Amino acid sequence: MTALWSKLRGQPWIWSFIAMIAVWLATIAFTGGQGAGEILTAALSFATFTIIIGLGQMMVITTGPGNVDLSIPATITLAGVVATKVMDTDNARLLIGIVAALGASFVVGLFNYGLIRLLRIPPIIATLSSSFLILSTAISYGRGIRIKPPPMLADFATTRILGVPLLAIFVLLLSIGMALLLKRTLYGRTVLAIGQNPRAARLAGLNVDLTRFATYLLSALLAGVTGIVLSGFSGGAALNMGEGFLLASIAVVVIGGTSVAGGRANVPGIWGAALFIYLLDTMLNTFGASAGIRLIMTGVIIITVITIAGGDRQQR
Amino acid sequence: MSEPAVALTAIEKSFGAVRALAGVDLVLKPGECLGLVGHNGAGKSTLMHVLAGTLKADQGRLVIGTQDVSRQYSASNASAFGIRCVFQELSLCPNLTLAENVRIVHRALKGIGWKAKARRLIGEKLDEIFPGHGIDVDQEAGDLNIGQRQMAEIARAFTVTDEPLRVVILDEPTSSLDAVTARQLLTFMRQEVARGTSTILISHLLGDVLDYCDRIAVMKDGKVVAEKDARDFTRHSLVAAMGATTGKAGPGTAARRQISSALAIEATPLTATQTGKLSVRKGEIVGLAGLAGHGQTRMLIQIFDGARRHSAAFIAGDRQADGVFNLWSIGENVTVSALRHLRQGPLIRPEQEQGMARDWKQRIGIRTPDMNNNILTLSGGNQQKALFARALGSKADIVLMDDPMRGVDIGTKLEVYEMIRAEAEAGRSFVWYTTEIDELKHCDRAYIFRNGAIVAELQGHELSEDKVLHASFAESA
Amino acid sequence: MSALTLNRKTLRALLPLASLALVLAATFYAQPRTMSYFGLNLMLQYAVPIALATIAQMFIITVNDLDLSIGPFVGLVGCIGATYLHDTPALGILALLLCIGAYAAMAALIHLRNLPSIVVTLGASFIWLGIAVMILPSPGGKAPDWLKAIMALQVPLIPFPIIAALLIALLVHIGLMTSSYGVIMRGTGGNPRAMARAGWSELRTKMAMYALAGFFGVLSGLSLIGLTTSADAHIADRYTLYAIAGVILGGGEFVGGRVSPFGAVIGALTLTLAGSFLIFMRISPDWQIGAQGAILIIVLALRALISAGEARR
Repeated sequence: MTALWSKLRGQPWIWSFIAMIAVWLATIAFTGGQGAGEILTAALSFATFTIIIGLGQMMVITTGPGNVDLSIPATITLAGVVATKVMDTDNARLLIGIVAALGASFVVGLFNYGLIRLLRIPPIIATLSSSFLILSTAISYGRGIRIKPPPMLADFATTRILGVPLLAIFVLLLSIGMALLLKRTLYGRTVLAIGQNPRAARLAGLNVDLTRFATYLLSALLAGVTGIVLSGFSGGAALNMGEGFLLASIAVVVIGGTSVAGGRANVPGIWGAALFIYLLDTMLNTFGASAGIRLIMTGVIIITVITIAGGDRQQR
Repeated sequence: MSEPAVALTAIEKSFGAVRALAGVDLVLKPGECLGLVGHNGAGKSTLMHVLAGTLKADQGRLVIGTQDVSRQYSASNASAFGIRCVFQELSLCPNLTLAENVRIVHRALKGIGWKAKARRLIGEKLDEIFPGHGIDVDQEAGDLNIGQRQMAEIARAFTVTDEPLRVVILDEPTSSLDAVTARQLLTFMRQEVARGTSTILISHLLGDVLDYCDRIAVMKDGKVVAEKDARDFTRHSLVAAMGATTGKAGPGTAARRQISSALAIEATPLTATQTGKLSVRKGEIVGLAGLAGHGQTRMLIQIFDGARRHSAAFIAGDRQADGVFNLWSIGENVTVSALRHLRQGPLIRPEQEQGMARDWKQRIGIRTPDMNNNILTLSGGNQQKALFARALGSKADIVLMDDPMRGVDIGTKLEVYEMIRAEAEAGRSFVWYTTEIDELKHCDRAYIFRNGAIVAELQGHELSEDKVLHASFAESA
Repeated sequence: MSALTLNRKTLRALLPLASLALVLAATFYAQPRTMSYFGLNLMLQYAVPIALATIAQMFIITVNDLDLSIGPFVGLVGCIGATYLHDTPALGILALLLCIGAYAAMAALIHLRNLPSIVVTLGASFIWLGIAVMILPSPGGKAPDWLKAIMALQVPLIPFPIIAALLIALLVHIGLMTSSYGVIMRGTGGNPRAMARAGWSELRTKMAMYALAGFFGVLSGLSLIGLTTSADAHIADRYTLYAIAGVILGGGEFVGGRVSPFGAVIGALTLTLAGSFLIFMRISPDWQIGAQGAILIIVLALRALISAGEARR
């Protein structure tokens, strides 16, 4: 048991799971055990969106200091608007809608990396500026229209199997795929290498440019996927649907044990962190805290978790 | 007067399970130059960090002058006690000018006019040590090349404000200097010693240590194993005391080989106008020589970028900046360039990767219990071996070496020379930038660089120190 | 060699100024009436709080960190200023001092536990916002009269915001770029290990830099409510992004301690002007933010082009 614990302690993702369980226990202790299962099911539904974008953000952040994708919320909105508008509530147009939304996300990724690579704009500023443009595009394209998603998309996003959302299973598979991509492919190794030392990565014969390009593309595509399923889940796209996902995407990556300095990524941690963040909000709601208190508590707990988990001692 | 400048007694220091210092006794007299030699990982640098206050010893006594400072000693008061250190890793702030970098080590430089004072201090010291250095003290340290940075750092260590100058530690101070500036430094060091300053010189260039030090201490496995007057040592006895394979000069150029006529590389330095052309044939070892920082590294990078992907491998000399992935294991560092060949479908196969790591641990003799340990658990020389393994283990036909033997012990060097020769026989081409003229003896041909241009080409039998130096310094027509 | 380096450096320093001139020229072209004392005064009013927030961000960037909480922090200061500082000045000043102390404490936490600054400040942004919402649940409050008086200052010939911005830049330039302690601060961004080796405490430097950032954040919040006369918890949410963009537009680099106070202030002025420019251009509301992004991109593209041209020469 102690051996297991000492092994677990070394895992960067363990803290997010401990925090998640603690918050869940506190919530059901307050309600006297009522709704424990429902809360988890809801958490699994809502957290999946954060997990998908978290996976993309994780890859971007892992490519090294200064790399972060701030255009994720805008891309979610754009993809959601494009998807629902092209699908036009018609099941038959589902596929073409998905292709159109992912196509738009692809263009976003292309544009982001173009700014970073060709114009040498620091990624934070590049993705920030492009997010303004993307959002304007979404607003202007989707102007005032609220269209329901086709039934098939809505079903996919809301179906549950034995209390487990179908979406969560889909995202679990996606996560396993990402973990493999990270640890067992040349692309993933290159991402990790660039994050540690881009110059050494280039001189080791790794394709740095292509890999960074693929990473920003991947992040945009995952944001696009989130936009599509989110519009299915919440009964249509809205112009503010990306709100809140920026902080969430960064928070889950970092709380999940991925190194902000780059070179070290962690997929399981993203699950723990995303569930934790959702459950934390649920707990505060359950306790009936005021808006101010809820904000303060969210902040305090994020800082506490990262403090307990500690930074990367190996760096520098 | 015989009271020592510094006395270290029974100093011990461990990093986890590794015992870096196992009870070191060392005494340094005022106005003495002590040479400190030993293999990579013998504990020299650790000992110097203890003396400089940047590492705290687990055990032992440190006396400076007559004062026992074992308890209160730290990096912040080391300079107050008159201890200065030029470390192997450079410690200038790249975003600050040289004058500003001087301010960092001198608390007395403050108030109005501090900058003028700092500028004067470093300017005068640079002029004194390295006449004709050509360094502007208002330049940011990051804009200097590695040799100039090293010169600036050395000069900084010898500047004096209100704190005394008692001991200066020079840890491989000439590793990035060319022969002339290295000579200037060593000459200055003797003058400084004559003025009563004590110096400790750590160097792998045994000739320098024998010629310029009064006394030599040899370290091995965290202990001082021999300590005598410099004149009582010979090159041979010194190497023997370090416990290395005795330094036969290697086969050198004696073993001329047949080299195919197939051309592997052809390139012209981009940065220079009047320049020769470089060509390398298949299976040839070609040296790049000349003074340090005259465009050799740039040439290597140009070849690397121009080569077909995966056809060239690069071996870094500046390990931290260009080579090592700090978060990875030794194994991952070795296999990174060969991952393409360790896959089944798109997935890397862990067994194959482990196998390759084990294989290279054997072949190149990386001293570690486990290739899954972090790369930083290795000493510098062994990290360098891992980088060699990375390049040689890739399938690249061209291997580019950026002065990779900097600060590597002689035993490792001899092993690597052997391996390079064998690989060349097997048809690989090597382009080898080196600052050590001795190493050119292992090359079939060499190009001499000056100001970014190729100014001479020397055949193997012409590669003498004389000729190389002559070509490096000759006035351009 | 040194002439070339100098040239490159001068150019690097001039780039932000050129961007400012460009946006200014475009604004004058779009609305010639702005080319007056009164017009500039009006357009650049908000440059003062934005410049102060940008300087605050610059201090953090100097030591290789990033502050994602400066916007909400400025909002919090605004709320304190429009309530406690107005009603019970002593309590207000104490609260503001506590705010600065909180910044220094944040630095200590980040350094001692070796935490990523963006996560800690991200968390802190929620805390600032939460406290602000509790102090002032809905927009309101009153800024102290002396603050309003300062911000409404009329100076002959040159509009007050310009003078104030230049003064801020000059003071920070002296402190950070030319003083002997500024060297220590910047050195910590350039090579923290070397600084530790020379016996300087990284903890102390970081705490000082964060406290300075907190101080300038407080100035930013106070100057902001001096202009708006009332406060709101969300009044400065955008400042986080403005401040980062301002530092970068001003030629600062994210890591390595290479920053420029004058550049940062100029960057802030550029951003402020860009906002007015869009309004004058009567851009459709849909594309209002998009155009802001486009301007940012164009300015940076220009910068990239010029440096690329210089590098080739």
